[in-house]
Amino acid sequence: MDYSQIAKEIRKKVLKMVFDSRTPHLGSSLSAVDILTVLYFKILKIDPKNPLDENRDRFILSKGHAAAALYAALAERGFFPKEILDGYCRDGGKLPGHSTRGCVPGVEVSTGSLGHGLPMGAGMAIAAKNDGKNYRIFILMSDGECEEGSVWEAALFASHHQLDNLIGIIDYNKLQAFGRTNEILNLEPLKKKWEDFGWKVKEVDGHSFSEIEESLSKIPFEKGKPSLLICHTIKGKGVSFIEDKLEWHYKNLTKEEYDMALKELK
Amino acid sequence: MRNAFINTLIELAERDKNIYLLTGDLGFSVLEKFSQKFPERFLNCGVAEQNMMGVAAGLALSGKKPYVYSIIPFITMRCFEQIRNDVCYQNLDVKIIGVGSGLAYGFLGATHHAIEDIAILRVLPNMTILSPADPIETRELVLKSYQVKNPTYLRLNKSGEKILYNLTSQIEIGKPSVLKEGQNGAIIATGISVGLGLEVVEKLKGKGYNFKLVSLHTLKPIDEKSLLRELVRQKIIFTLEEHNIIGGLGSAISEILAENNWQGKFERLAIPDRYCPEIGDTEYLRRIFGLVTNKIIEKISRIINQ
Repeated sequence: MDYSQIAKEIRKKVLKMVFDSRTPHLGSSLSAVDILTVLYFKILKIDPKNPLDENRDRFILSKGHAAAALYAALAERGFFPKEILDGYCRDGGKLPGHSTRGCVPGVEVSTGSLGHGLPMGAGMAIAAKNDGKNYRIFILMSDGECEEGSVWEAALFASHHQLDNLIGIIDYNKLQAFGRTNEILNLEPLKKKWEDFGWKVKEVDGHSFSEIEESLSKIPFEKGKPSLLICHTIKGKGVSFIEDKLEWHYKNLTKEEYDMALKELK
Repeated sequence: MRNAFINTLIELAERDKNIYLLTGDLGFSVLEKFSQKFPERFLNCGVAEQNMMGVAAGLALSGKKPYVYSIIPFITMRCFEQIRNDVCYQNLDVKIIGVGSGLAYGFLGATHHAIEDIAILRVLPNMTILSPADPIETRELVLKSYQVKNPTYLRLNKSGEKILYNLTSQIEIGKPSVLKEGQNGAIIATGISVGLGLEVVEKLKGKGYNFKLVSLHTLKPIDEKSLLRELVRQKIIFTLEEHNIIGGLGSAISEILAENNWQGKFERLAIPDRYCPEIGDTEYLRRIFGLVTNKIIEKISRIINQ
């Protein structure tokens, strides 16, 4: 599978959606594209023609502000016509700036406030276990999100209940709204923290399709434990002048910048 | 009320294997009956209410019917955003069971008093708020809300409430229940205050005044037509509740009366807008706030005689 071509298509759509609507969170969306590409085109057991199949894997975008990337990935995977992406953050459009359950097929839960995805995912994981179902629940979080106490409440809960059908993924781009994550509220040692909370943790380059694919192909990482994949990423990945730059959490593209960005994704 | 709740829930859970009970490590000596019978459907989530409410939402998203139990401030305020975003925004079938309405936890202090919960939950779209007066209303409302698949908050007192009902047939979600008929005025009460209202109405009768007593066990949604039918001929209306005077029953009723051009004397009897200034048991604190029979009779007599 040509992940890189798919990821390029998704990035182009994200750029267009964010440019057209003049909305924030471009860097956060681009950061997660490669992870979403591997999930939606390889890992998740899902069927775009039957998006509510009761045995489907569940995916929760807990960093709901990267909604543009999720919508673009879902459209690319065939969950809904790509024209719907034009309604991203537009008056009367279908796609809100934070992913909202049911806005289009494939969006499982409503998010937008950080620290909500993992607890909901843990509830789904308990239900799956009690029902004897084999589906898995994937939660994509941001690094800044790990500052929320509710993430750690859920981390305790998931390991206590041995939810090895629950997989947390952290898009660790090391930037949050005001600056470097480790300068605002240091998360390190992040891997050790999750291990201490009873999770089996792996770390990968969050832009290496093969590393992401390899690690997510063997779930759980350890039987009886929830799995956590720390993806080291670059905020704004894919467009050189946006990469690892704080201002692109909020900043809008000018027409010149938009054209330049598209050129890089040719 | 706690026992009426848990006994009714056990009955339902025997028939419906999707019912789950979650607690934030509270309900000791009350919830064991459930946990022993259905251990796989009982989750003590620990002292972590935000996660618990999220877990409940996740269960509901997976076709389960979670009942989430704790003391009112912890189950409504600590996890308010989870109630708003995860439960109400997604309109999920999650039942929130809050224990210790108003001043029920008297000695434990203002952190445990529940005087703001109705106000903050009333503004959440999709939310139903139920506030039973006694074990009979509790049971009926648990049975009837089970049929309704939307977010529901059940505001319970604790234990030892007097039985006020003979009939259960008139208890319908959204509709006022008339416990006493009368023409000289009306008291609309909710929750534990209905018992107080009954004492007041009986004493007023001794003084020659016949007051109507309404139990408004559903604080949201309120069937305005049914309520106005009961009130339209009254010239004096009091609301009575163990909640802050702002935002609760009194506010809800005054909104309805004002918008329907009701003319008459209206007064809210509730806890004034302040935290409890003294230490005491429930009855002691009620006296401080004037929420006792004699004080209310004095107040009502003054107004009748104006």
